[in-house]
Amino acid sequence: MSKDGTHDLELLRQMLRIRRFEERCVELYSASAIRGFLHLAIGEEACAVGVFQALGPEDAVVSTYREHGHALARGISMRAVLAELEGKVEGTSRGRGGSMHLFDAGARFYGGNAIVAGGLPVAIGLALADHLQGRRRVTACLFGDGAVAEGEFHESMNLAALWHLPVLFVCENNLYAMGTSLARAQAETDLALKASAYRMPAWAADGMSVRDVEDTARRAADAVRAGGGPYFVELRTYRFRAHSMYDPDRYRDKAEIERWKERDPIPALVTELTEAGLLSEATWRAIQDGVQAEVDDATAYAESGTLEPVEDLTRFCVADADADAGAEAVAGQALAESRVP
Amino acid sequence: MTTTTYRQAMREALRDALRRDERVFLMGEDVGRYGGCYAVSLGLLEEFGPQRIIDTPLSESAFVGAGIGAALGGMRPIVEIMTVNFSLLALDQIVNNAATLRHMSGGQFNVPLVIRMTTGAGRQLAAQHSHSLEGWYAHVPGLRILAPATVQDARGMLWPALCDPDPVLVFEHGLLYNAEGELAADAPVVDLTTAAVRRPGTDVTLLAYGGTLRTALAAADDLAGEGTSAEVLDLRSLRPLDTATIVASVQHTHRAVVVDEGWRSGSLSAEVSARITEEAFYDLDAPVARVCAAEVPVPYAKHLEEAALPSPGAVVEAVHHMAA
Repeated sequence: MSKDGTHDLELLRQMLRIRRFEERCVELYSASAIRGFLHLAIGEEACAVGVFQALGPEDAVVSTYREHGHALARGISMRAVLAELEGKVEGTSRGRGGSMHLFDAGARFYGGNAIVAGGLPVAIGLALADHLQGRRRVTACLFGDGAVAEGEFHESMNLAALWHLPVLFVCENNLYAMGTSLARAQAETDLALKASAYRMPAWAADGMSVRDVEDTARRAADAVRAGGGPYFVELRTYRFRAHSMYDPDRYRDKAEIERWKERDPIPALVTELTEAGLLSEATWRAIQDGVQAEVDDATAYAESGTLEPVEDLTRFCVADADADAGAEAVAGQALAESRVP
Repeated sequence: MTTTTYRQAMREALRDALRRDERVFLMGEDVGRYGGCYAVSLGLLEEFGPQRIIDTPLSESAFVGAGIGAALGGMRPIVEIMTVNFSLLALDQIVNNAATLRHMSGGQFNVPLVIRMTTGAGRQLAAQHSHSLEGWYAHVPGLRILAPATVQDARGMLWPALCDPDPVLVFEHGLLYNAEGELAADAPVVDLTTAAVRRPGTDVTLLAYGGTLRTALAAADDLAGEGTSAEVLDLRSLRPLDTATIVASVQHTHRAVVVDEGWRSGSLSAEVSARITEEAFYDLDAPVARVCAAEVPVPYAKHLEEAALPSPGAVVEAVHHMAA
């Protein structure tokens, strides 16, 4: 805990931003302003906020389809994220990605990948590029417990360790791959133990404690940045809401959900800071008001956003479609005669 | 002009690219110490070192995805996959990531990656090393699909493919590696967008690519002996297809036979046929014909494998049938 609590108050504010943002998403989904799949991470905010404390602007991020919190914690504007969820040009991906595919080149945020474990090999490649170029940067690769069952997880863990690549693997273990519990999917449910078989340091942290997440992530990121090779962090967490808006949530015991809600990372931190004398009622009120104002502003921004003209449908498929309307006509000769840019 | 093999031409193209741009590196199974499954990269590890010629474990999905990530990270990777059948283990990375990232990111990210792989049958390697699945990849927007059929294209396509800001898949037919051809010393750059008339003719157009170019040229020889003048068109680029050149040839000959080592159903040959029908229907004197692989997994036994693949005889027969 920082002496004056400034840092802790910021952690609290960041978690609240994500929580209120996603609660607003539920309302907007009910109002049909957001469609498609919407995967919420309510309950898991400590993971996003804690992990991103450990990363610098030079580091890269590869994320999953449950990534609103990651994007916000990375500093991508709430306006752009919400505009994306509403399919507007002002969104992070011009409305082409939606909730599952947030991208931001400036933030080195390489997406929301909606294929479980599909982002891991990409993270390996980003780290390989840094390794080959001698750049001291970390690629943070976030994924859920479901990814651990995929072949791409194992291939990527092995490559990272074999080639000593600067990857920070972050597994947000919320105990369910959609409706399949970890115990029904894995012979070994201790994921950090499993990861350590790849000869990389692997530690579990309490994913409901933002401070524990931050400490673990910092230790891991510092080791990676120092040239120690890859590192695996398992964050033991829980999502309070269903997998997506389509999910009737029939596979979990309601009492289990209630038990985890008692460990909600936001009230826990509020209580802790209040008891430590670092959070007054007025400050807490101000934080909440500020967050509410940001969410309202983002909502108005997204609502007033524009829809991309349908004539632009085939843009961004390949580079030259922009210049040549028809995706079929692509200039190879001109490119070939010039040097690689 | 010097005589060289397709394999040597491809190796020279790799060497040239590695020399020209330090961001270029080659990665794949046994590309280094072994020298390449088909000996294409033989000697490159010794010349460029292990940072540029990277041997990978048997993890197609991870090393293809690593190529994608490295491309995003500013490199210009060339990933080699042993055969198109093995590329199915990396289909997720190619189709869900390489082909989509530019679009899904609203144009923020692009993937300047080249993936090379062997395709095709004819070496008694049976059903898991012999298929021609390039037509599947040609279905996918966001990818460029190339099929060098000549020594010149083997030498000339790689550098422009590396200059493409988007992913390019290069399909090398396994029977071509030992094929010989003439190559100019100054290694001309070739374009990636046009089909090429490999043999001019007036009576029928034989449309082929990659390994079937030789089949079509052999059939054209046989047809010439009968007094039929066949034009042979090498598609070269399977996506995008050079529809204009295809249509111009058919408008000139009024007959078309597509020769494709892929299966007929839902195939590249079906796409070529459809485009001719859409754009040159009234120029046709006969329905478009197709000579494709038999609809079975490619068998091991030599006589069965031969029977399963397009042959010059089958092409000649198709031409006879449409003239009848």
